Amino acid sequence: MSISGKAAIVGAAELDTWVSECRSPVGLMAEASRRAVADAGLTLADVDGIFSASSHYTFPTMNLAQELELHPRFMDSSNIGGASFISHLGHAAAAIEAGLCEVALIAYGSTQRSDKGKLVSRAEWSAYEEPYGLIHPISSVAMIAQRHMHEFDTTPEQLAAVAVSARQWSLLHPSPPYPTPLTVEEVLDSKVISSPLHARDCCLVTDGGAAIVVTSAARARDLPRPPVYLRGFSESSNHRTISAMPDLTSTVASQTSRLALAMAGRSIGDVDTAHVYDAFTASLMILIEDIGFCGKGEGGPFVADGNVAPGGSLALNTNGAGLSFTHPGMLGLFLLTEAVTQLRGDGGARQVPDASTSLVHGMGLTIAAHSTAILSTHAD
Amino acid sequence: MSVERPLPQLRGEEKRYYSDLREHRMPYYHCAACDVAYARPHEVCNACGGGLERQWSSGEGTLYSFSTLQRAGHPYFADAVPYTIALVDFPEGFRSLADLATGADTPRIGQRVRVEFEDVTEDMTLAHFFVAVA
Repeated sequence: MSISGKAAIVGAAELDTWVSECRSPVGLMAEASRRAVADAGLTLADVDGIFSASSHYTFPTMNLAQELELHPRFMDSSNIGGASFISHLGHAAAAIEAGLCEVALIAYGSTQRSDKGKLVSRAEWSAYEEPYGLIHPISSVAMIAQRHMHEFDTTPEQLAAVAVSARQWSLLHPSPPYPTPLTVEEVLDSKVISSPLHARDCCLVTDGGAAIVVTSAARARDLPRPPVYLRGFSESSNHRTISAMPDLTSTVASQTSRLALAMAGRSIGDVDTAHVYDAFTASLMILIEDIGFCGKGEGGPFVADGNVAPGGSLALNTNGAGLSFTHPGMLGLFLLTEAVTQLRGDGGARQVPDASTSLVHGMGLTIAAHSTAILSTHAD
Repeated sequence: MSVERPLPQLRGEEKRYYSDLREHRMPYYHCAACDVAYARPHEVCNACGGGLERQWSSGEGTLYSFSTLQRAGHPYFADAVPYTIALVDFPEGFRSLADLATGADTPRIGQRVRVEFEDVTEDMTLAHFFVAVA
C-alpha cells in the first residue's frame, strides 16, 4: 500500500507575506484558511482534518479550531520546525487514505516582523549548550558553513551567490519586498552576525499566513482547480542540537529526497521546479547537494555559476523564498503554495514552462529535521 | 542592572554530567563492548544496551568548527562580543561544544585546543576551550 497519488492539494492561499496590519497569528491562519477553502470550491464545513505548527502557539490546531469553529475528526500539530508543513501534507495523505478524514486543512500564521524581535522562539535550549550564548539558530548554521568552507574550499562569494539568485527570482514576482537586484558585494558588505554568515546570508523576518486544502484524488477530480497530487513523501531527523550533529556538512535530506523520489517513481532529473527551505545561503547550498542537484562539496561552484538563478539549469525557489520573498518564522507552507502556483501554471513572469513535477523540501531547526514531498500534475 | 548568566535547569543525567565537571576533568561515557564514546551520559549504550563507564579525556582535542559572534546570543554576553563558540573533537572519540578563547588570532579548523574549567556558581562548573600553545 502506498499513498502515492492518493491525495491532492486542491486549494491554496497566502497573504500578508511582508507585514500584517490587522491580523494576529491565528487571524492570519483563519483568513488564509477561508481563502484556501474558497479556492478549492469548498466551505469550512467540509473540513474534517486540521494540521498546524506554530512559533506562537503550543497547541495551534486548537487555536485554529476555536477561531473558525471547526469540528475536526482528525488533528495533527506535529512540530519539527519549518519542515512541519511538508510533513503535515504527508500525514494528511496518509490520514485521508486511512479514512480518518476527507478534507484536510493545513494552516500557518506568524507576526514575526510586527513583533520586532520580541518573539521568543519556542525552541528550548539544550542543558549542554545553553551556558555558551549561541544565537539560535544562526550560530549553529554558521559552524556548519565554516566546516563546509574548510572541507570543500567554499567561499563567502559563492554563498553570496545564493542570495543574489534568490533576489533575481523575487524580482519576477508581482510584489517583491525589495525592488532592486542584490550584488555579491552587497552581501559581503552586510554586517557579519555569526561568522562566516552575514546579515544577507540570513532569511528575511516577515509576517505571513498560508493555508492549503488536501483531499482524496477521487474527490479532487470533481473540484474546480487542477489537482496537485502528492506522489512521494518522506521525513527524518538525526539530531536536535548542533553538538550532536554527526557530520556538519551532510544531512538526512539525502535520505528523505531519495525515498520520496522512489515513492513517486521519479528521478532527480524529472524535477521541473524545486522549492527548498532557505533559512540561510549556506544551509540551502548544503541541501541542494544532499538532495542531489549537484555533488557533495560542489554546491559553491554550482550556485556561483548561476545554476539556481532565473534561466539557470535548476528552477529553485521561484519566488525568492525565505532569502528574498517571505520568511515568517517558519517557511514550509509557503514552499508548498509556490509549488502549487507553478504546477497550476499561474506563475506569470516567473512561470517555469510546462512544469509538471516539483520537489518541495522542508528543513527544521539547525538543518536537523527534513521532509520531502514530490508533487505532480498527474496522479500516476 | 546586571543580567544573570544563562544556566540550565539540570534534570536527571544532566546533573550527573555537570557533577562530573566539578572534578575539573573532561568526562566522557564509554561502552567497552562497542568501543563507542558518548559526550554526554546515557543510561545505556544505544548500540548494545550495555552499561557505560565514565572515563576522563586527556582534555586536549582538535577544532572541528567554530563561529565568532558579532552580536550577543544572550544579554549576559553583550560586553563579551565578539566571542567564539566552538565544536572540538577529542581523541577519545567524542565531540563537545563550548566557547573558545582565541586571543588576537582567527581560529583555524584542525588546530589544537585544550579545555579548562570555571566554577561559575557554588554547584555549577563550565568547560571552556583555549587554543593550545604548541
